[in-house]
Parts: sequence; C-alpha cells; structure tokens
Amino acid sequence: MADHAHADPAAHAAHPPVNYIRIWQILLALLVVSVAGPFIGIKVVTLITAFGIAVVKAYLVAKNFMHLNVQPRFVAYMLGTVLVFMLLFFAGTAGDVMKHSGDNWKKPYREPMPAAAAPHE
Amino acid sequence: MRPIATTRSAAGLPTGLLAVWWVLASEIVIFGGLLGSYIMYRLAHDAWAAHAANTNTWIGAFNTFVLLTSSLTAVLAHQAAEQGNGKLAARRLYYTCIGALTFICVKAFEWTMEIRAGETISSNTFWSFYYTAAGLHALHVIAGAILMLFVAADAAKNRELHRVELIGIYWHFVDIVWIFLFPLLYIAK
Repeated sequence: MADHAHADPAAHAAHPPVNYIRIWQILLALLVVSVAGPFIGIKVVTLITAFGIAVVKAYLVAKNFMHLNVQPRFVAYMLGTVLVFMLLFFAGTAGDVMKHSGDNWKKPYREPMPAAAAPHE
Repeated sequence: MRPIATTRSAAGLPTGLLAVWWVLASEIVIFGGLLGSYIMYRLAHDAWAAHAANTNTWIGAFNTFVLLTSSLTAVLAHQAAEQGNGKLAARRLYYTCIGALTFICVKAFEWTMEIRAGETISSNTFWSFYYTAAGLHALHVIAGAILMLFVAADAAKNRELHRVELIGIYWHFVDIVWIFLFPLLYIAK
C-alpha cells in the first residue's frame, strides 16, 4: 500500500482474516442477552448475563477489532500490568470503603435511600 | 519527510502504534479506578441500587448498539486502509463519526430527561459517579470523533493511512469502556 508506512512491515505482524460482520453480529446477540437477563428475575443470572457477557464482549473486541492477539507480547503484558494495579487498588481500598464498621471504628454515613424507595428500607 | 511515528520501529512495532498502546494503558488506570470505586460504593450502599433503577436501560442498550456498530465501521476502515483504499477508509471513518454523533445526541437527550427529573451531579454520590463516569466516557467519544475527522481527511487523499489503525484501536477501547459501563449503570439494578 502506497502510504501504509510501517517501518518494518514484518515486525508488525499481519493479522489473519477476520469476518468482522460475523463478530459484530455475535456482539449484538450478546447485547440482547445482557438486556434480557434481568427480565428472568434471578439475581445470579442477571450478574452472569451482565458482567460475564461484558467480559466476553470486551474479549471479542480486543481480539478481533483491536487485533491484540497479533501484537508483540509485551503489549499484552503492559495492559495486564495496569489491570493488576487496578486489582491492587481495589483490594487495598475495598475494606475501608465497603465495610461500615470494624474493631474500634464505625462509619456513621450511609447513603440515604431515594424518597420513593425509602418506605421499603 | 515522514513523521517519526511511521518511520521508526523501536519495539518491534511502529512508534505511533506503541504510543497508542501506552495511552490506552494509562486510560485503563483512569477508567479502572473510576469503575473500581463505583463497584465498591455500589456494593456498600443499598441505596445505589434504588438510584440505579432510575437509569433507562433501553437508552443505554441503544447507545451500546451504536458504539458496537461504530466499532465495526472503524475496523472496516482499517481493513480498507490496509488494502490501500484511502477513500473507502475515509468514508467508513465518517460513518464511525456519525455513530459518535448519534451516541452524544442520545446521551444529551438522556441527561436532559434525568436532570429534569431532578437527578443532577450533586443530588447524591450515585448520580455524581454516574455523571462523572458517563461524562468522562462521552468526552473520550467527542475527542475520538474529532481526531477521526482529521485522520479521515488525510485518508481520503491516500495520506497517512497507518493512522486509520491507530484511531481505530483508540475507538475500540472507548467501546470496551462502554461495554463495562453499560451493565454497571443500566443493568445491575
């Protein structure tokens, strides 16, 4: 290609042919499932259809649209490292944020329920 | 003279592509911290579920459809650029920009409804998180669309076609962020 100028075309691995329309159709089907999940009314099913499917959709986009699978391995390591840092952040702060009391301490603040939902509290 | 991002390959991939991955790594920290905080507060405060019940799942689902479709046109633009067809790549990038514009218009409509219903960024911590997370994402959509217009203008003249891939990767990342925002803000009620 005239102006598709990679310094070393061989270094930037070519990605195998992908049927992008098919991937898009799968993503839309997964979207429908994630929207339909809460209508079943089972919390575990909602969590799986919402967040499980989100992970699958993100994987499909990263692999097939971003071609992450054919990038040099250090790219995946770089992105994986920041994700691990995010997990460390979560693990390090979740205890303080999510618990309302502990040994010799109590957090007085509780988010107030909205007016319409207050009677059910 | 070609820009260094296209002529140097210091790490086994073009420097421009490497820079995009670095940007995305830093974006993961930004959005990861935000979403991680959201999850913590959502699990810690039952009231957040009651507040989340006021978000409109259908609008969120429609915007997810719009972003997934715009990701398709972005990757098809990349495909056209790889084949050396700058005009087709540019046209597909313009389609992606239309997707971005649609997303922002729907978001503006949604926020107008919510603000009119009295749910503002200062109403409570749930809505603060909601507007911050969705607003930061919307800013990324706007920035991506503006950059895409410049890339498309060059691509239409068969110039700097490698940039089509770079803006595409950024766009797919914006899509992935929304893929996680959607269940958090609109599904888990």
